[in-house]
Amino acid sequence: MNSTLALAKESATPITAARSPLVWLVVLSAALVLVMLLSLAVGARSIPLPTVVDAIMNFDAANGDHAVVASRMVRTMAGLVVGLSLGLAGTSMQGVARNPLADPGILGINAGASLAVVAGIFFLGAASVSSYLWFAFIGSAVAAVVVYLVASLGRSGATPVKLALAGAAMAAGMGSLMSAMLVMSQSSLELFRSWQVGALAGKSWESIGAVLPFVLLGAVILLCTGRLLNTLALGDDMARGLGQRPGLGRAISALGIVLLCGSATALAGPIGFIGLVVPHLLRGLVGSDYRWLLPLSLIAAPVVLLLADVVGRVILLPGEVPAGILAAMMGAPVFIAVVRRGKKAEL
Amino acid sequence: MSAVMTGTWVRQQRKAPRRRRTLLTAGLGLLVFALLAVNILLGSYTVTIPDFFAMLGGKTIPGASFIVMENKLPQALLGLLAGASFGMAGAIFQSMLRNPLASPDVIGISYGASATAVAAMVIFGVRGAGVSVAAIIGALLVALLITGLARGRGGTGLILIGIGAAAFMQAAVTFLLSRADINNAQEVLVWLTGSLNSANWERVTILAVALVVLLPLIAGGSRDLRGLALGDDTAAGLGFNVSRARLLLTILGVLLAALPTAAAGPISFVAFLSGPIAKRLNGGVASLPLSALVGAAIVLAGNFTAVNAIPGTSLPVGVVTGALGAPFLLWLLISSNRANQGG
Repeated sequence: MNSTLALAKESATPITAARSPLVWLVVLSAALVLVMLLSLAVGARSIPLPTVVDAIMNFDAANGDHAVVASRMVRTMAGLVVGLSLGLAGTSMQGVARNPLADPGILGINAGASLAVVAGIFFLGAASVSSYLWFAFIGSAVAAVVVYLVASLGRSGATPVKLALAGAAMAAGMGSLMSAMLVMSQSSLELFRSWQVGALAGKSWESIGAVLPFVLLGAVILLCTGRLLNTLALGDDMARGLGQRPGLGRAISALGIVLLCGSATALAGPIGFIGLVVPHLLRGLVGSDYRWLLPLSLIAAPVVLLLADVVGRVILLPGEVPAGILAAMMGAPVFIAVVRRGKKAEL
Repeated sequence: MSAVMTGTWVRQQRKAPRRRRTLLTAGLGLLVFALLAVNILLGSYTVTIPDFFAMLGGKTIPGASFIVMENKLPQALLGLLAGASFGMAGAIFQSMLRNPLASPDVIGISYGASATAVAAMVIFGVRGAGVSVAAIIGALLVALLITGLARGRGGTGLILIGIGAAAFMQAAVTFLLSRADINNAQEVLVWLTGSLNSANWERVTILAVALVVLLPLIAGGSRDLRGLALGDDTAAGLGFNVSRARLLLTILGVLLAALPTAAAGPISFVAFLSGPIAKRLNGGVASLPLSALVGAAIVLAGNFTAVNAIPGTSLPVGVVTGALGAPFLLWLLISSNRANQGG
């Protein structure tokens, strides 16, 4: 297996390997700050960067430019929260499932969360992000369990192709049920048109505040699993031999993944492929040590998502393309590239 | 046991599959006909059979005429043709690639057709037959792309790459729709899940003419498919031009997937469901005519359910076929996993 080999190489040369991730940590953090500033500056009304910085440093409510920056601040924070959740969840999923194609979108987990949220609105009249959250958690947990069970039946276990197909089937079936509910209720459709495509626009501080505690909890859980994922990459037997408990570790990781995916979906709707692309990019930069991959994905994923959001704001002026659509259009080719690079035996 | 008796027994055994197929074809044909009649005559507005024939003969019955002639009849006929076409397209790809998962809706060919059809309508304002041409181009491009990218990576590689392509095309359709700012939710759903609700005579005629033109090709493809079913080496040994047959079948499958997509959108999972059901009914042998009948039956039954399930709302047929198809896909994965030949 690719990752195993790379890991072995990594641990053979720990000193040189440890330096370059630190460099990337700095580079990516700088990139994140830059992209966040860009996200505050770019849009239908562009604002020069010095004014943006000025607006952050000493905010003046009477200044029109400052007001625009303030409104974009919510959107940028939403991108940050959603991006880090999806990136961290995707990286962790790839480690836990030992599967290079794992992603909350491809495995149908986002679709499960969406269906549950739409059902919550349709049947129970849920109306705020804090109530969507619980539906999203339940939906993503159920979808994750069903997809993983379906894919792991049989002797060969959860191979990438089975996981991807089971996820695609779940996503398609849930999508059908969701459109059924949306067609039946015009008001739900209005509410969910923008949500369904994965947009960062139009969020409020209250919504972000509602998901934040769960995102933090999930992130802390997953950040602690780096060593576990490293040993899992060697195989369950080896992990057991090294004193880990693979079953318990997977369950803990799954909890973190569900918290993060559910929060991200409740806030911004289903956004796929961010969780797939980011870990692969990072593996190319720093190798397969999950102790680095997890924290770096937390920084790199918001960069990618915010970039997609900024690009979506300007390519179709005066309209906007939701970040979720652009993320899929950029991410699907990466998915194909990963499939092509993987050896046939692995899939 | 005498030699004569053994002879009759063998002859009976040999005839059995053929008789079974004839019976099956007749039975499925009857079912499709009955579903067609149900779609036209029953539902929120009921029409009597004599009235229907009177209207076909040109008589105008106030109220009923419009509903039947402009709404129910084209909808039912479009469902019949689209279902048959999707069913054959699915069976062709599934048997050619020897994998039930390799249907055009799973590997992105149907979504490729939707993407270019929507692009043609939204960006260039194309209507009518032009949409079908655009859909065919899109489906061909996706087919070329995924077979090119999956070269040497086997069937599973092709399916995974196809899933990626499908996700991309789906995003492209949503992108185009958001650009077009189509506020009509119905129209959006046509291109995302497939629906017969916007059927009209123009769409029915285009699809019918195209399918009639394709009939000789379909007959040839049916023969090629039986040849390929023997395995590439055996088929080649019997003097069969394998690569020519594959090329022909690919083109035929792409056309059969693209044409109904242009008329009714990518009706979820019809192509995927029809082939395996027909194959199972037929004792494990793939058959294009049976797949066509099963496809038509699925779409017609799905449409009747979708239109009448909830009073006052007409769901798109793709919602029903999608809700049916997804559990079937999961079941297929589980059962092939059990046999340990999954993926």
